[in-house]
Amino acid sequence: MNIIVCVKQVPGTTDVKINKETNTIIRDEADIIINPFDEYAIEEGVRIKEKVGGSVTVISMGIPKTAELLREAIAVGVDDAVLLTDKAFAGSDTLATSYALSMGIKKIGGYDLIVCGKQATDGDTAQVGPSLAEKLGVPHTTNVRKIEEIKEGYIRCQRMTDDGFEVVEMPLPAVITVVKEINEPRLPSIKGKLKSKKYEVKIFNADDIGADKSLCGLNGSPTQVIKTFTPVHDINGEIIEGTAGEQAKNLADKLLAMQFVKCK
Amino acid sequence: MTGIEIITDKCVGCKLCVKACMFSAIDMKDKKAVINDNCTLCGACVSSCKFDAIQMEKEKARKSVDISEYKGVWVFAEQKHGVVSQVAFELLGEGRKLADTLSVPLSAVLIGNNVPKQAKKLIAYGADNVYYVEHQSVENYNDESYTDIFVQLIEEYKPEIVLIGATTYGRSLAPRVASRLNTGLTADCTGLEIDPEERLLLQTRPAFGGNLMATIICPNHRPQMSTVRPKVMKPLEPDYSRTGEIIQPGVIIPENLKVKVLDVVQTVCETVSLSEADIIVSGGRGLGEAKNYALVEELARVLGGAAGASRAIVDAGWVDYSHQVGQTGKTVGPKVYFACGISGAVQHLAGMSSSDIIIAINKNPDAPIFKIATYGIIGDVREILPELIKQFKDKLN
Ligand SMILES: Cc1cc2nc3c(=O)[nH]c(=O)nc-3n(C[C@H](O)[C@H](O)[C@H](O)COP(=O)(O)OP(=O)(O)OC[C@H]3O[C@@H](n4cnc5c(N)ncnc54)[C@H](O)[C@@H]3O)c2cc1C
Ligand SMILES: Nc1ncnc2c1ncn2[C@@H]1O[C@H](COP(=O)(O)O)[C@@H](O)[C@H]1O
Repeated sequence: MNIIVCVKQVPGTTDVKINKETNTIIRDEADIIINPFDEYAIEEGVRIKEKVGGSVTVISMGIPKTAELLREAIAVGVDDAVLLTDKAFAGSDTLATSYALSMGIKKIGGYDLIVCGKQATDGDTAQVGPSLAEKLGVPHTTNVRKIEEIKEGYIRCQRMTDDGFEVVEMPLPAVITVVKEINEPRLPSIKGKLKSKKYEVKIFNADDIGADKSLCGLNGSPTQVIKTFTPVHDINGEIIEGTAGEQAKNLADKLLAMQFVKCK
Repeated sequence: MTGIEIITDKCVGCKLCVKACMFSAIDMKDKKAVINDNCTLCGACVSSCKFDAIQMEKEKARKSVDISEYKGVWVFAEQKHGVVSQVAFELLGEGRKLADTLSVPLSAVLIGNNVPKQAKKLIAYGADNVYYVEHQSVENYNDESYTDIFVQLIEEYKPEIVLIGATTYGRSLAPRVASRLNTGLTADCTGLEIDPEERLLLQTRPAFGGNLMATIICPNHRPQMSTVRPKVMKPLEPDYSRTGEIIQPGVIIPENLKVKVLDVVQTVCETVSLSEADIIVSGGRGLGEAKNYALVEELARVLGGAAGASRAIVDAGWVDYSHQVGQTGKTVGPKVYFACGISGAVQHLAGMSSSDIIIAINKNPDAPIFKIATYGIIGDVREILPELIKQFKDKLN
């Protein structure tokens, strides 16, 4: 079973502090990490390989620095890492990202299952998984919390829904996006760390994967960000004093007065 | 030519852009800013520069379709077990405003089996007409068949705007549809407006866990598609005297589906689901031990709301992951959010900071949660919660 895991680099913290004067982001440590959901995707890929055999390849579209991060995946049991990097990819929205990833994945070829994280913590869009499946012409299931069965040409999994879960089956190849509940990622082993040190990430540019540049990056992105701003939290927080009983009564009265909580 | 450029004459070397860049893509050379390979063309530096010294240009986009052919605002009326979700009515309320500004009709798309009453309800809530696709094979949501049908409808009737609730299903359907149509999609919007001059949809959404808001447009592709966060838009008062046409379009119902939903299990039966709740009571490690989570559940029940949790207690196994609120859990935006014994780590705030009213109960007055709380109670949750339950029980009966 050949598994491909899509991994995105995201800023190490979403704790963006804002310069009130200039209304811009202040970032002290500008380090990047693997998108937290993608850690679960990597772990799931490695677990499937350990169970049914095969190989796991991680793929990312990102800046050259991402290669370092991909090596972390090698340390936890991934076999190969591919980085798509090119100035032509800069400014991609989810459609252009899906296109570039689909071309990279076609170049790798011979895949059975593609695993994505549920969403990336920078944009929080959760769109790349389904959009990528469409570009590859394969079925997809989002928010997978458990794989019940996987074998040649077949997967059955549990998908988290708003009020429970559902059991979905699909033929392979297919795309799944995973939530945190699916597993507990392992730490790298010493052997893994050694392997990752020596490993060289395969780097492809737009031409290498035969991508049409008009469909990549800013040019291939139908959406445009026209403005960014920091939300104003106009909170004049009020501390309610008193004994526990008084605090509770006071709060309950306030909520009832505002009609957020209504008498039956 | 696409690219970003520093106009060296204007650059004063103030480094504001260096600080604004999330990707360390700007270096200083000879007191001038220089863009390096890390650049993702996100544009944050452009707006940070006080001296207009950074310019970003995009090749004049080819219009992929004749956008003037596209007219009307559509709302996807997600239904489950034959009942349309609340978010669809919220979207009709918002869609009505957008459609009136543009002077175009507002339509709902309903896919299901034997739900004509729901179609009438959509009209009462503001739709001018309903595209109703009825077939027993589409009684329940299925990514493959719903995408297929939705794309056929869009290609046939060409709406300019399509709004879909940002539910689990909506956030799976919308990207698949947008990808097939090669159009833009903005995720989880919290604000929608029409630019009156260009007649474009201005879509505003939180990014970086709500720390930054972005306004996004889709100028050259149609339809303009958004998923919209539940509980943000307001539904209209239903008016059952409103009339509208229920159209049963001739679409090809896909057969021999690859994706099969074998079983649908509802685990949240008695209580309201987190994404649909007006009131959420969440508990964290401050509850002390697993059994105290019952207090959180009880308050939620008394208030007719849902029970949430911080990651710390999900990881500790006190409650199921489906309750987790935050960056790696669910994003919620209820009218009232109770954070009981939750410190307010950024990853938790990422999932709930857009709630209208936030109530923090924590014994540590320096807990970060108080910074975003509308009302704060400094005290022991194990004492406050029983008192609150008592108060509301008395007053609500
Ligand atoms: C990649 C990543 C993703 C994450 N995703 C999420 C996420 O989705 N959701 C999430 O919630 N967290 C997430 N976290 C974890 C987050 O950083 C915090 O660790 C977590 O939210 C803390 O939970 P807590 O507030 O319940 O616990 P603590 O931080 O331990 O806080 C407990 C609070 O209870 C107070 N307290 C103690 N006893 C009492 C008492 N008797 N009465 C009243 N107050 C009391 C304390 O003062 C303290 O403020 C994530 C972390 C990472 C690194
Ligand atoms: N640039 C990228 N490179 C590789 N995978 C990506 C990229 N962007 C998104 N993904 C994958 O798609 C998932 C959802 O991302 P998003 O749609 O950006 O929220 C992530 O968890 C990744 O698995």
